[in-house]
Amino acid sequence: MAIDSNNLKKITIEPVTRVEGHGKVTLLLDDNNKIQQARLHVVEFRGFERFIQGRPYWEVPVLVQRLCGICPVSHHLAAAKAMDRIVGGEKLTPTGEKMRRLMHYGQFFQSHALHFFHLCSPDLLFGFGSDPLKRNVIGVAKEFPELAVQGVMMRKYGQEIIKATAGKKVHGTGAIPGGINKNLSIAERDSLLKDLEQMIEWSHKSLEIAKNYTVENLSDIASFGSFDSNHVSLVRDDGAMDLYHGNLRGIDKDGNRILDDIDYQNYTDYIAEEVRDWSYMKFPFLKDLGPEKGWYRVGPLARINACDFIDTPDAEAARKEFMAVTDNKPNNISMAYHWTRMIELLHSIEKIKELLNDSDLQGDDLVTKGERRNEAVGLIEAPRGTLFHHYKVNDDDQVVMANLIVSTTNNNEAMNSAVRGIADEYLSGNEITEGLLNHIEVGIRAYDPCLSCATHAMGQMPLIVELYDSEDNLLDRKVKG
Amino acid sequence: MTTFDSHGILVIGFGNPAREDDGIGPAVAEEIEKLAIDGIEVDADYQLTVEDAAAVAEHDAVVFVDASIEGDEPYTFTPLAPKREETFSSHSVSPEGVMGLARDLFDSDANGYMLGIRGYSFEMFTEKMTGQAHENMIKAIDFLVPMLRAGSLEKVCQ
Repeated sequence: MAIDSNNLKKITIEPVTRVEGHGKVTLLLDDNNKIQQARLHVVEFRGFERFIQGRPYWEVPVLVQRLCGICPVSHHLAAAKAMDRIVGGEKLTPTGEKMRRLMHYGQFFQSHALHFFHLCSPDLLFGFGSDPLKRNVIGVAKEFPELAVQGVMMRKYGQEIIKATAGKKVHGTGAIPGGINKNLSIAERDSLLKDLEQMIEWSHKSLEIAKNYTVENLSDIASFGSFDSNHVSLVRDDGAMDLYHGNLRGIDKDGNRILDDIDYQNYTDYIAEEVRDWSYMKFPFLKDLGPEKGWYRVGPLARINACDFIDTPDAEAARKEFMAVTDNKPNNISMAYHWTRMIELLHSIEKIKELLNDSDLQGDDLVTKGERRNEAVGLIEAPRGTLFHHYKVNDDDQVVMANLIVSTTNNNEAMNSAVRGIADEYLSGNEITEGLLNHIEVGIRAYDPCLSCATHAMGQMPLIVELYDSEDNLLDRKVKG
Repeated sequence: MTTFDSHGILVIGFGNPAREDDGIGPAVAEEIEKLAIDGIEVDADYQLTVEDAAAVAEHDAVVFVDASIEGDEPYTFTPLAPKREETFSSHSVSPEGVMGLARDLFDSDANGYMLGIRGYSFEMFTEKMTGQAHENMIKAIDFLVPMLRAGSLEKVCQ
């Protein structure tokens, strides 16, 4: 039966704290105070694609870093991969590819460490229902100072890798069309090797925290904001997880293949984006299944679910342990994102070790090129999920079309589903309780959304909660932060 | 507790160059870096994040440089007190929050200062500063550089 939105009460939560950028959650209630609609909104417009149009293609890998201060490297590399094809240089030299991979794993390492220690660990260490004045990074610093320090030092280590491979944070120029503009000096390599074993040890400890939390609380979190879904990610030709390059694979909730390792240059044949009038963020879906059944999740959970194996030993052992919890079927528990994120943290540092000991990083053959093209797609697995960059370039080397589908947009429907499930479970009456807010925030944070990236905006606002009656009269309002 | 041997002055300029005058911080960092002043380390980023706390702890003093939306023209220079931020996004840790983390996590007693340079327009995706903001930036650099060369930020704050 269709619901008349005009007769619903509305609770607005704006924005969600401790996620990147800002967004708001609107809960629409019926006259019986039951949830009828749950929506995660973003409030800014999209404009970045227009900013790119008319610019020479070789500037794009630098310009796209302006999209987001949290994941500039992912945009840098996705754009560079597209521009590789524009110059016919997609088959990189060993030094070119390995330098980019080192940069990428450094980005994963710092991003996952930041999210785990400074955004989600308060929820895991203190519990969702604990005092919000304690349940934050300052609380962690007070009661678990060694963990707070680890988080900072791991983030710093990842940033040092990025600095050594990409250059300056604001004007990173490491990846250029067809390759890379520098190799890794012996001095840079030795500096990074110095702290490597410490980082590996801390990664194992981080994984233990996430795993133990999930296993010990499985009965509580199994239904928390959880739902069956499809999962999409890049995988290597042999089915291994590959965060830098591969084919697009999709599986359904039971693990059946619904997107069969396709070449992502043809992604528009398989994926479409639905526009909804209440959101600036689009809703991607698999065309064959349609918008109702074809939406999917991306990110660490999807990647672990979709791949056949991981090609580093400790992360592969961790993957097997994770998959055993669901008898090797896809895991559809939202809070399991945290465990999978730490498996990827470990995989990243294992890959970093592998690369730092590879002499190809000191090679001098940095750039390649071939037959010029006018259209290209660059795909990469960003820390938050699959990131699409699609460009058309004219014969004067100017970009004439740009389309980006960022990771958080790919998780749009999934995050809305999580919010809906949590609100259904925790809303009581028409009061906006602290518990309800906390649980919604915890659910959204599991996806590590980057709303500034999704909306191409930067900014920060306080948390505002508003309750309206069915005639849109304001009944209650709370501000947080 | 993890601690660092602190030395010298750190200048951190932050902001997004694609938002007009929001790019003042990184632009100042770029200009200071060109001068290669002994004992001065320079960094630039889109926003401050938690690992900046470790960088602060490695120095005796830090100058945060940012665009100011409502501050006095052409700039303000004020000391900062470390602060415990009870809720914040990693997207944007405040300078005081970074100082607070440096103190709490690394036992840092670095002195912090905020150089807020007045900007006027912050539209998205325009990679050019307004003329007035640029003039303000030049004045702010002229103010800051002599102190950096002297290795002391003790000048009367304004």
